[in-house]
Amino acid sequence: MKRRSLFYLQLGFTLLVCAFLVVPVILSMMAGLTVNYFVGIESGLTLRWVMEVWNGYRDTIFLSIGLSLACLAVTLVLGVPTAYVLAKRQNALTRTLEEMLVLPVAVPGLATALALIVTYGGLSGFRTSWAFILVGHVLFTLPFMVRSVLAVLSAIDLKTLEEGAASLGAGFWPRFRDIVLPNCRQGILAGSLMVVTLSMGEFNMTWLLHTPFTKTLPVGLADAYASLRLEVGSAYTLVFFLMIMPLLLALQAFAKPRPAKFVAEEAE
Amino acid sequence: MTDAGQPLAIALEGCSKTFPDGTRALEPLDLAIHAGETVVFLGPSGCGKTTTLRIIAGLEEPDAGGKVLFDGVDVTRLPIEQRNVGMVFQSYALFPNMTVAGNIGYGLKIRKVPHAQIKARVSEMLAMMQITRLADRRIDQLSGGQRQRVALARAIAVRPRALLLDEPLTALDAKLRDTLRLEIDSLLRSLGITAIYVTHDQAEAMALGDRIVVMEHGRVAQIGRPREIYQRPATRFVAEFIGTMNRLTGSVSNGTFSCQAGSLAWPEAPTGATEILFRPEDIRVAEGHETTGLQGKVAAAFFLGDRTRLFVEVGEAQPLVIESTARRDFSHGDAVGLAIDPRGLLVL
Repeated sequence: MKRRSLFYLQLGFTLLVCAFLVVPVILSMMAGLTVNYFVGIESGLTLRWVMEVWNGYRDTIFLSIGLSLACLAVTLVLGVPTAYVLAKRQNALTRTLEEMLVLPVAVPGLATALALIVTYGGLSGFRTSWAFILVGHVLFTLPFMVRSVLAVLSAIDLKTLEEGAASLGAGFWPRFRDIVLPNCRQGILAGSLMVVTLSMGEFNMTWLLHTPFTKTLPVGLADAYASLRLEVGSAYTLVFFLMIMPLLLALQAFAKPRPAKFVAEEAE
Repeated sequence: MTDAGQPLAIALEGCSKTFPDGTRALEPLDLAIHAGETVVFLGPSGCGKTTTLRIIAGLEEPDAGGKVLFDGVDVTRLPIEQRNVGMVFQSYALFPNMTVAGNIGYGLKIRKVPHAQIKARVSEMLAMMQITRLADRRIDQLSGGQRQRVALARAIAVRPRALLLDEPLTALDAKLRDTLRLEIDSLLRSLGITAIYVTHDQAEAMALGDRIVVMEHGRVAQIGRPREIYQRPATRFVAEFIGTMNRLTGSVSNGTFSCQAGSLAWPEAPTGATEILFRPEDIRVAEGHETTGLQGKVAAAFFLGDRTRLFVEVGEAQPLVIESTARRDFSHGDAVGLAIDPRGLLVL
C-alpha cells in the first residue's frame, strides 16, 4: 500500500514538472491562434495572426533558414577537418586548441558580438551584410560540430583503420573519402542538426550584430513581442516552433546510441 | 590456389628507430628475408618486433641512414600505399562502413580494377577463406575468427608482393587460435608468398616460421630455423623465452658435473661451467632400481593424460620441470632419481 502511494506521489511530481514546462508552450501557441487573448478561447480561433506574421516577418524566416544553412556549410568545411586533425594528433597543442574552441560557448554572446563589432565594425559593407551575423554564428556553433565529430572519431580506432586502407593502396584523399567520412557520419549528422538548431535560435549575439535589414527570426520575435499585439508575438512563436520542432526530433533520433549488434561467436 | 606474382626478397640495412620522445625502439638492424619464405619476429612486448614490421610495411620510417630494400630496390621513402604489401592487423582494422565483400574488394577498387573483375576476385577470396555466406554481412555482425578470415582475404585479394601479419591471432581464444594457425600455415605455403609474421607466442612462431628472428630490447637475439632456436639457443634470453628450460648450478671437474642434487657424468663438459641448462624432455625419472647420480623430491605432480608434469625440488631456486611418461603415480614428497641425457646439456 505504501509503495502505491509513493508511486502516485512520484507520478504526480513528474506530471507537475511536465506541466510546468509544457503548459506555457501550449498557452503561448494557443494565444497565437485566439482571436482575442484577453477574452480567451471563447473569442474564437483564427489564423489571422499567423498570416500577419507571415506577411510582416517572412523575410526574417527566410534569412534565418539561409543563415543556418550557410552556418552549417561553413562549420562542415571547417569543423570536420579540424575534428580529424584533433583526433589524429593528440598533443598539448591540439588539446589547448580544443579548449580554445569552446570559448565562444562559455563567453557571453553579447561579449563576442561586441568584440566582432569593435574589430570589424569599420568595414561597412561587411558590417551591414548578413555575412557579419554568419561569422558570429559560426564562432558560436563550430565547437558543437567539432565536438560531435571528434567524439565519434575518438571512439573508433581511426589510426589503424587508415593504416588498413593505406596498406590496400589508398592515398590520403581516398582514405578520407572512403574511410574517415563514412565512419564519422553519425557525428556529422548530429553536429549538423545541432548547428542548424542553434543558429536558428541564436538571439544574444544576433541582437547586437543585426541591422534593420538583417533581422533573423529570433530578433524579429523580440521585435514582435515588444511592439505588436501579444497574439502576433505568440503566432510568431508558433511559426518558430513548427520550424524547430522537426529539427529537434531529428536531433533526438540521431543522438541515440546505436544499439549494440552483438552476434554470438559462431562455431568456427 | 591463387597467383601472388613473384615473391619478394626484403632486406633491411642499418634500420634503427628512435621515437620523438627519445625512446630507442630498435637498434640498427640488418636483415635479409628470402623470396617466398615465412619469417617470424618473436619476442616479448616492447622488443621492437612490431616496429620492425612497420618499417618494412612503410608505416614507420627508419632513422636516417636506415634502408629498406624490396628486391634490391630502395623503398625507404615510399609510403605504404605504394609498396604493395598486404597487411593483417592485430585489431583487424576492418572498415565498419563496408560489408565483408566491400572490405575484401576495397584494395581492388582503389586500383581501379573493373567491377566485374573485382566481383570475381572477391568471390574467389570468400570461397578460399570459406566465408562465402558472410559476403553481405556488416563487420559488427562477425565473430572474431570470421573477422580474422576477412582481414586475411582483404590483404591477399590485391595480390600483394609480401604479406605482413602483426599478431593476427592474439585477440582470439586458444582453441580458435590453433585452428587458424593451421589455416594460415597452409595458406602461406599454397600462396608461396613472402610472409612476415609478428608474435609473442613461441608456439605460433615454431609452427609457422621457416625462420624465427628472436628479438629482445630492440636487438636481434638470434635468427634461425625453429629447431636451431630451440635446441641451440644463442643466449640465455632465447633459451628461456622459448620453451621450458631447466637449470642446475654447480661445478665441473674430471668430466663430472656436481651440484646440490648430486653429480652427473658429462665427459665433454667444458671446463669452468658453473651452470647447465636442459629441456624437460632431456631429463627423466629413474625407473625401478636404476641408480642415478642425481636425486630430488617431487614438489608437485600434474597428471595430463599422456604424461605427468613433475616439478622436482633439487635445492635450486627453481624446481626442475620433468615430463614423465612413466606409468606410475607421483605424490608430493616422493624421492626420485633423475637421469639427464648429456646430449641435451647447454652452457650459456
